Amino acid sequence: MRKRRQESPRRRGSINREFAIVTYGFLLLFLCMAGYFIYFVGYAGEDFIDSPYNPRLSQLSEHIIRGDILAADGTVLATSEVDDAQNETRVYPKGNEYAHIVGFSSNGMSGTELDANFQLLRSHSFFIEKIINELQERKNQGDAVVTSLDTALTDALYVGMANYEGAAVALDPETGKILAMVSKPDFDPNTIAQNWSYYTETGSSVLLNRAIQGQYPPGSTFKILTALEYLNEGGGMEDAFNCSGSYTYGDTTIHCYHNTVHGAQNFEEAFAHSCNSVFAEVGLSLDKSGMARLAKRLLFNRTLPTELKNVKKSSFSLKDADSGLVMRTAIGQGNTLVTPIHMAMIASAIANDGVLMEPSVIDHTQNDGGTLVRRYHPVRYGELFDESEVGILREMMRYVVTNGTGSKLYTDSYTAYGKTGTAEFSDNKSEAHSWFVGFAEQDEKKIAVAIVLERAGSGSEHAVPLARTMFDTYFR
Amino acid sequence: MLHLLIFISRFALVILLAFYTYSCFAALRSGISEEQQDFLYFRQTACMYMFILIANGILYLSTFEEQVLVMLGMEMAFFIAVSLIYKHIYRNASLSVTNNMCMLLAISFIILTRLDIDKAYKQLVIAGISLAITCLIPFLVKKLKFLNRLTYVYAAVGILGLGLVAVAGSTSYGAKLSLSIGGFSIQPSEFIKILFVFFVAAMLYDAGNDRRKIEIATAVAGLHVLMLIASRDLGGAGIFLLTYLVMLYVSTQEPRFLLIGLALGAVGMVCAYFLFGHVRNRVMAWKNPLSVVDGAGYQISHSLFAIGTGGWFGSGLYQGMPEKIPVVEKDFVFSAISEELGGVFALCLIFICISCFLMFFNIAMQIHDRFYKLIALGLGTVYATQTFLTLGGVTKFIPSTGVTLPLVSYGGSSLMSTMILFAIIQGLYVMREEDGQ
Ligand SMILES: [Zn+2]
Repeated sequence: MRKRRQESPRRRGSINREFAIVTYGFLLLFLCMAGYFIYFVGYAGEDFIDSPYNPRLSQLSEHIIRGDILAADGTVLATSEVDDAQNETRVYPKGNEYAHIVGFSSNGMSGTELDANFQLLRSHSFFIEKIINELQERKNQGDAVVTSLDTALTDALYVGMANYEGAAVALDPETGKILAMVSKPDFDPNTIAQNWSYYTETGSSVLLNRAIQGQYPPGSTFKILTALEYLNEGGGMEDAFNCSGSYTYGDTTIHCYHNTVHGAQNFEEAFAHSCNSVFAEVGLSLDKSGMARLAKRLLFNRTLPTELKNVKKSSFSLKDADSGLVMRTAIGQGNTLVTPIHMAMIASAIANDGVLMEPSVIDHTQNDGGTLVRRYHPVRYGELFDESEVGILREMMRYVVTNGTGSKLYTDSYTAYGKTGTAEFSDNKSEAHSWFVGFAEQDEKKIAVAIVLERAGSGSEHAVPLARTMFDTYFR
Repeated sequence: MLHLLIFISRFALVILLAFYTYSCFAALRSGISEEQQDFLYFRQTACMYMFILIANGILYLSTFEEQVLVMLGMEMAFFIAVSLIYKHIYRNASLSVTNNMCMLLAISFIILTRLDIDKAYKQLVIAGISLAITCLIPFLVKKLKFLNRLTYVYAAVGILGLGLVAVAGSTSYGAKLSLSIGGFSIQPSEFIKILFVFFVAAMLYDAGNDRRKIEIATAVAGLHVLMLIASRDLGGAGIFLLTYLVMLYVSTQEPRFLLIGLALGAVGMVCAYFLFGHVRNRVMAWKNPLSVVDGAGYQISHSLFAIGTGGWFGSGLYQGMPEKIPVVEKDFVFSAISEELGGVFALCLIFICISCFLMFFNIAMQIHDRFYKLIALGLGTVYATQTFLTLGGVTKFIPSTGVTLPLVSYGGSSLMSTMILFAIIQGLYVMREEDGQ
């Protein structure tokens, strides 16, 4: 052996330097991998644990008491009572008021109970407490989910909607956090299991959360899009129009609400008065594909960017539309359907300098001792409107409040912006949904809302006063 | 009461393995006396036996299957046989290598018993057979003086074997890996890895910077790699390529060979990405597994669900759902370990693997004979690369390449070839010790 070593040709020193390089190279690779593993188990794994595809979560309820759902101020919206035999009963102290947004945990789950199912079934209790529970074979307390819901605002909204069917959503435009969401008719989540077969067999729409699943004709609130397209195609706010109470083209006649004759007015005034005749005329002049592009940019026919589940899409189409359909579409009738949350998102983007924040309801989770577990930071979707568009829309939506159908929102204590709507949904002209879409600001505080009251009549008479109540409550 | 026992034992297993792992590195410290080292190795052995007893205890109490107790008895017999061979017959064998082999096998037996007791039994039987075969290897390594002259025999057998797989192999998970012979399914590439190391060592040990020899070695190595790519065994191709480059670099002392080789490998990977759909799928599954959770990302997503949900201390044996991961007992065995025995335990396992290849390289460094030195280096590289590819793949550190974790994953060929690899290292260590005296 020694002989062979001497024979080996041209040995340049020791080859142990190369060994060191190879050894340290592998060592470095493995240490990076171990570091990544630590990072994953300690931090990044959360995203995977909470994935609905993770089959392990269904098992967690055997070891964990479902956590509480709280309003922003700590008011308990859902909690679990545990008896001596470790049986859980889900209790909703606020009953019908939060039925849709908080949802229920049985019968397939809905609302925040569904959205935060995984967080509610995780326990980050203090580990000594966990060990004591393990030893006594007791379940651990799941984390509490603290929502962004404002109880005062929700109370005002719930009372304000009275017996109307419909829905309302309020968002914080800067964060996308849902401040209030009410849908009527509602139900008592405490008795959902008992009443389940009744609701499902009678085909009742009680379980439908209209704020995210109700698809309504937008009525005049859609004029926000029509106006924006008109101005983007070279139209001006000062352009002069004349309204004679109706507008006819081909065999279609569009009437102003109650056949009101608005007379001579510029474009901004026509928007503020919600003049159907002018908007039907304007609608005919617009580029159909331009309108379709704008609708697409504003998230029509697309899955809305939000962590909420079971949100319906809004729909818009001008494909193969004749002039009659074009005119009806321009004033928000036609085939267009929107969800209230979508309209609230559009309003919130205008309020937030054109940037849409994704709507969410979970603010943070905390363990049973109140220690923060995880904060859910606002998620930026992107820019819906550019700077000049935001300027134009703010000016027009403000003009609605100062000089138009939203005048009941005029006050010195905050600045409101918006657009009313009266959406006909059948051939019966006397029945219409009352709409308001808008926002308000006071110093740095902002709120965006969308309200629809079914069969209530004109927007200015019913939806606007409710918006006023919400703004007054929020800025009190 | 059972609940309490399982709960406490969960932490006991983590602490035992942590203690074991600490001893691995404590024993590698420089300036440590032989008595201290022996004590550390003794402590490791004690940890290993306690681990087997406690873990089998939990397995039995969770299932009340008598087969678990039979397994426990067989495992004890197996490990006692290992220590008889490597502590009493080969008195100069490396205790570090022996202990690590035993500990990895112990973890393997426990997790396989948990996942599928029949597979655990098969694995144990194959381990026993492998032990019987490989116990001769250290003796043969010392006696057979012509191993460095069989250069082309190694190459011919290797290429023939890989060619046979590429043509007649059966496909699983998109790759052709195995041959069926008389009802047994064997993976030739597992054994050819070792032959390949022998070929390269025989070719290069006296080559110096002899151009022709390097060219031939490179051509043959390239042929191996191409045949593995043809069988879609990308993990295998990576192991052969890196092993060759490391051996070439160390024997020629030319860093540019390593750099050029790695650059070519990188270009090859980019080409593979654009040429092959299955490579793109793997990369996509790596970048965002949840976006393709129903398709290419299914395995890796479920692996990460398991690791994530298990957390630092694991769910406890039988408390998790590792069976939701496809082929969990083979490529994804690490995820099952991490889920049920905990992230800390899994991290210790990573460090045991690190201590294994550090020891291999350390042994290689101390051998004077260039042929055997290159063999130890090559085998160390095979082990380190394979371990890195599998651990990195299941933790989403790198795209998954579908290779097994040596000694821990289920699979006869992989187990036997790794035991051969460990036995060769032992043989080289014994030879060096006896030379030194
Ligand atoms: Zn008019």
